[in-house]
Amino acid sequence: MRALAAGAVVAVLALIALLAYGVLFSGPTTSIASALAAGRRPPAPVLELPHLGADGTARLADWRGKVVVLNFWASWCPPCRDESPLLERWHRRIAQAGGTVLGIDVQDVTSDAVRFAREYGLTYPMLRDREGDSGRPFEVRGYPETLVIDRRGRIAAVVRGPVDEAFMKREVAPLLEERG
Amino acid sequence: MKRALVALIVLAALALPPAALAAGCVQTTVVDLEDEVMCPVCGMPLGLAREAPQARRERAFIARQIAACRSKDDIKAALVEEFGPAVLAEPPRRGFGATVYGVPLVAGGAVLAGVILALRRWRRAAELERLR
Repeated sequence: MRALAAGAVVAVLALIALLAYGVLFSGPTTSIASALAAGRRPPAPVLELPHLGADGTARLADWRGKVVVLNFWASWCPPCRDESPLLERWHRRIAQAGGTVLGIDVQDVTSDAVRFAREYGLTYPMLRDREGDSGRPFEVRGYPETLVIDRRGRIAAVVRGPVDEAFMKREVAPLLEERG
Repeated sequence: MKRALVALIVLAALALPPAALAAGCVQTTVVDLEDEVMCPVCGMPLGLAREAPQARRERAFIARQIAACRSKDDIKAALVEEFGPAVLAEPPRRGFGATVYGVPLVAGGAVLAGVILALRRWRRAAELERLR
């Protein structure tokens, strides 16, 4: 009888521990945000995807040595539409100084995405993530989201939502002056 | 009654993509496909995602495929090409998802075996009763 009661107590405690674990660890991961808040630059996760509307694949590491404005977007996302001209303007601005915008088109119809890029005259490189998995290690939870990667392949800044001129001036411009 | 029938026919004709109608190759409709594919970003069947921007784009994509006289299976394959296998509103046939197919079979088999056993027992009991 005593053993049965002890077993029940253990089972209840295990259930409470499981619930506590679920409550504490099921929330959105914010390791990138917390590292940035602590003044650290975490290394950018590995990323390899096919080119949008073209053959072959590319890796984020291919742009090592450059400042990369990594922009997750989709043609069906209205705020992505709004920020595209600004991204293109900044791509042209930073290209000479060793920077680039890199677009990751997510869960989109290819022809829609290609038409979008053509419509907005986007000249920066674009990769395609049909299943939307590539954003997970970057803790992407919505679109658009943008991460700034420094010349050494580390995440230096992140914006959850559309970028604006102030963000680009504050977070991107100083990185161009850093050495790789 | 006649008017209602005419209205129904007109509505059905409007629901079909004109190009497919003109080509005389209608094999499916957007509505027919909506419950069998997912809106990947919304995480629900396309039929339930009415207003989501991605759902609208996906519907437009399907409509274009229908207009190009593609069959239901071809359209599903095109959707998989665009969004990956998760776009299909059916569990995977491998791994844990396969249990969805296996469990009904096992449960059905168990029920059938139970019924057969019960029938046998009932028959035997009836025979014993007759012998007594």
